[in-house]
Amino acid sequence: MADHSPARRVALARDPGRPGTAQFLEALFTDFFEQRGDRLCADDPAILGGVALFHGRPVTVLGHRKGKNLEENLACHFGMPTPEGYRKAQRIMKAAEKFRRPIITFVDTAGAYPGLEAEARGQGEAIARCLALMGGLTVPIITLVIGEGGSGGALALGMGNKVLMLENAVYSVLSPEGFASILWKDSSRAQEACDVMKLTAADLQELGVADQVIPEPEEGAHTDPQAVFAAVDEALSAALRQMDRVGDPAQHRYKKYRGMGDGWLAVPGKENK
Amino acid sequence: METRFSQRRQRLLDLKVRREGQIPAPARLAGPAVFEQCPGCGEPVPQTQWARGPYVCPRCGYHRPIGGYLRLSQLLDPGTFRELDGTLTSGNPLDFPGYEQKLASARRSTGLAEGVVSAKGKLCGIPLVMVVMDSRFFMGSMGVAVGEKVTRAVETARKAKLPLVIFTASGGARMQEGILSLMQMAKTAQAIQKFQDAGGLYITVMTHPTTGGVTASFASLGDIALAEPGALSGFAGPRVIEQTIGEKLPEGFQRAEYLLEHGFLDAVVPRDRMKETLCSILRLHGKGGAARG
Repeated sequence: MADHSPARRVALARDPGRPGTAQFLEALFTDFFEQRGDRLCADDPAILGGVALFHGRPVTVLGHRKGKNLEENLACHFGMPTPEGYRKAQRIMKAAEKFRRPIITFVDTAGAYPGLEAEARGQGEAIARCLALMGGLTVPIITLVIGEGGSGGALALGMGNKVLMLENAVYSVLSPEGFASILWKDSSRAQEACDVMKLTAADLQELGVADQVIPEPEEGAHTDPQAVFAAVDEALSAALRQMDRVGDPAQHRYKKYRGMGDGWLAVPGKENK
Repeated sequence: METRFSQRRQRLLDLKVRREGQIPAPARLAGPAVFEQCPGCGEPVPQTQWARGPYVCPRCGYHRPIGGYLRLSQLLDPGTFRELDGTLTSGNPLDFPGYEQKLASARRSTGLAEGVVSAKGKLCGIPLVMVVMDSRFFMGSMGVAVGEKVTRAVETARKAKLPLVIFTASGGARMQEGILSLMQMAKTAQAIQKFQDAGGLYITVMTHPTTGGVTASFASLGDIALAEPGALSGFAGPRVIEQTIGEKLPEGFQRAEYLLEHGFLDAVVPRDRMKETLCSILRLHGKGGAARG
């Protein structure tokens, strides 16, 4: 794997030429039928989801969508979902469970959209419901972090039984700019934040958040997308095969997230477990 | 025998309330009146009156944040407090410079081991699990230990078939513990889901302020959702939203009364009516909303 600094990886993860959810969808799946709308009031284009075939097998695909031009980006807030997007995601995931389809999610967002209307319509509640729902889903979820994994807005699609990360994808509690602004009251120290946050794919594998890192071409996924699609195809097929052998995906997932951070508790002993 | 144990439990709670340092020692109250300005209306209010409130301005009704142990002592039936995981803390997963020292000084100044206190106890004779977050400890932010304590409390409620009440107060995920703080959202939300699937009653009370990752996980999942007057709650903080939209936010935005109007709360409940409100909700749920296990 390439020897890039964390800040360089953040830049690569945000590269506008980097393949996004829509490109992975087109390359890896066939017969895609897009499911739109939250059935309450709106359709948020920042979430792309529907049913497709993966090597002939029906699956539900869900991901963050960034626009390819300014007009698209204004419509989808540069890939930052509103509550309507998360409620659409919930609807699509419930349908997946009903029809016993595995769910494949693509994570690529700077975060949930922090706007006035989004707050008025319950951004926090919408994300919380996604997490609670995924916590109990009886079909497997495979998550691929393909670009930026920013904060709760990323996690809302990211509670996979398996979490796979592209080599230059990043995943963090907040953007490096936000992190620097909160802790040092200075967003220009983002570079420094990248170094301490442990946000690279390798860091996340070490912390037990990512299960597998998928290598990229030396200068990033956008320099040879076909190679990346092939690697992701292979990793995804393997992950699905592994999950097919798991009898109770809900219990498997509960156990995975129940143990998050266990190694860092200062008083061991889990008497309530 | 039971009385001796319950007296001891009560003394322990009283001691912890004293260590939080919010309620002044009786000796100090007997001296000349000390005034503290109300953050709401700016009027000077005698410390004795703040303590009696508790910490509600007698003039404008402003609800000041209160300590976790103080709140538990105000609500739980005397002698029923049994703390859960009182010594659990987290390490420094990012090796963040100075984090251990900051934790140590927060522990000294608040008398808390972490930003949340969880306990088994009784409310109007009904056994329950109660969890109280304390915004004075690292802004009540959720790191690994806070997530673990909340999760253990939810699991205790499920296994002991008890209803669950959580008072939230948080700046969100704890930055110093990085991605593992974010993962606590998943951990707590799935535990709540499992508890509710088992038939457990979960009441949330949002107190000032409840934001970020706590709003976007267990704080927003209550079967019944309450808030204290004026409590601010949202996912993004007001400053971030103002930067995004480039204008000032309207008066009262994200406050409890606004959330009630927008359909995210069942009621806004003043502190002096909290106990009776909770008791009445618990009674309405039959056996207090016990989980089936």
